[in-house]
Amino acid sequence: MSDNDFRLKGSVVTTVVLEVKTPNLEQIKLGLKEKIAQVPQFFNQAPLIIDINQCSEPVSLDLFQTLVAGCRELGLAVIGWRTSEGEIPSWRFDCELPLLPNANSRQINIKSETPAPAKDPHVVIKTVVEEREVSQPTKLITKPVRSGQQVYAPGDLVVVSQVSAGAEVLAEGNIHIYGALRGRALAGVKGDTSARIFCKNMEAELVAIAGNFMLSDALQKIIWKDAAQVLLVDEALEIASL
Amino acid sequence: MAKIIVVTSGKGGVGKTTSSAAIGTGLALKGHKTVIIDFDVGLRNLDLIMGCERRVVYDFVNVINKEATLSQALIKDKRTKDLFLLPASQTRDKDALTTEGVEAVLNELSKDFEYIVCDSPAGIEKGAQMALYFADVAIVTTNPEVSSVRDSDRILGILQSKSRRAEQGLPPIEEHLLVTRYNPDRVSEGEMLSVADVEEILAIPLLGVIPESEAVLKASNQGTPVILDGQAEAGQAYSDAVDRLLGEERPLRFTDVQKKGFFKRLLGG
Repeated sequence: MSDNDFRLKGSVVTTVVLEVKTPNLEQIKLGLKEKIAQVPQFFNQAPLIIDINQCSEPVSLDLFQTLVAGCRELGLAVIGWRTSEGEIPSWRFDCELPLLPNANSRQINIKSETPAPAKDPHVVIKTVVEEREVSQPTKLITKPVRSGQQVYAPGDLVVVSQVSAGAEVLAEGNIHIYGALRGRALAGVKGDTSARIFCKNMEAELVAIAGNFMLSDALQKIIWKDAAQVLLVDEALEIASL
Repeated sequence: MAKIIVVTSGKGGVGKTTSSAAIGTGLALKGHKTVIIDFDVGLRNLDLIMGCERRVVYDFVNVINKEATLSQALIKDKRTKDLFLLPASQTRDKDALTTEGVEAVLNELSKDFEYIVCDSPAGIEKGAQMALYFADVAIVTTNPEVSSVRDSDRILGILQSKSRRAEQGLPPIEEHLLVTRYNPDRVSEGEMLSVADVEEILAIPLLGVIPESEAVLKASNQGTPVILDGQAEAGQAYSDAVDRLLGEERPLRFTDVQKKGFFKRLLGG
């Protein structure tokens, strides 16, 4: 394991999507320039996705590459493009940009301080908030988690009983144990550093948050057989009384 | 329908067979028609504890394989009325037990008997899983020491996940804790876990506490279930456990340190 060398993580970035409606490049460029002039800080090196799905005519590779070059000239960082799944052009792999999947995303129109110029109907700029916080339902366990058993929760985990020695409970979110924790508890297993573990009686073999763990030897010196919470502060585990 | 009771533990040598023999006998003494099945195929012991090893002709595996009928294989106990034994095969291994075969035998026994006591082998593999799969009630036999308690915890997890009741979403198996080889003197000296410790870790209701006793070893070697020894504390403790299993209330006995009398102290007993 080379945990010190690198780490793979999922991440969400807010991007701008340029929906092309006509192949009229000059007009698009002019319109874009005007939009950018309204909020230049916002567009400076903004990640941009070009969406050719709604274009009235098929887009050729030539046209696409000119459009990309034009966007870059205006200080936008083109990171990929999109089209509808049924109409993927033959030059897909020649354009040297990734074809991104269509997201079912919410759309927010930017409101500029001055009324939007109505003279250019060809370009619509939308910011698409890609951040989709899908809340996972809390998993509730009412029976003891016995030795050898493993419980995984994609969200928070609540155990209204004990977790025996040799048992393991894992959650992508927080873990609450309203009984003795004698086994292993791992919260934030997908990297959520804000996850915590709460238990009524700390006798754990191991506790971990987002990969940072502590064994019972160390725990015994801090809080043992008492109510405790485990949290991550500056990449170090902290055990606090409850 | 008969009630199927599994006597199980995970760990070996904690007293499953002794407890199966005692509890099965106790139920029969109370007038319930009972059969004890030895699931420890390949390591047949129950017949020795019950004192009927010389009467084994056909066994459990023969019945599963339809090489013998149930009535041919069942051994009627000579001391206790209403008590029967279905011995294990000594020459086969646990693979001889199939779910369908075991189910067929249990269904047939259910017609005639009130209680079927399954004496589980040690471990958590096929033999132990077969013994507990069809159970309605589990008696988890535990010695007051950490490894036995942990193995019992493991078996409790298997009862909740790999039994027929768990797989078919029926009401869960009724779980009972039986603490065996309990020595109050050693508990008070901190050499052994107390009943309270074991109960706290396993979190299931207590059926009984059987004190460590020479009478158990003596009874095993003589082939007499210890419950028939009314003088021995272990025998009385098993009687109490059977009464509790049948829903009666009995105070816990033999769990406190016995105060030595003047003469005992004087003579160093």
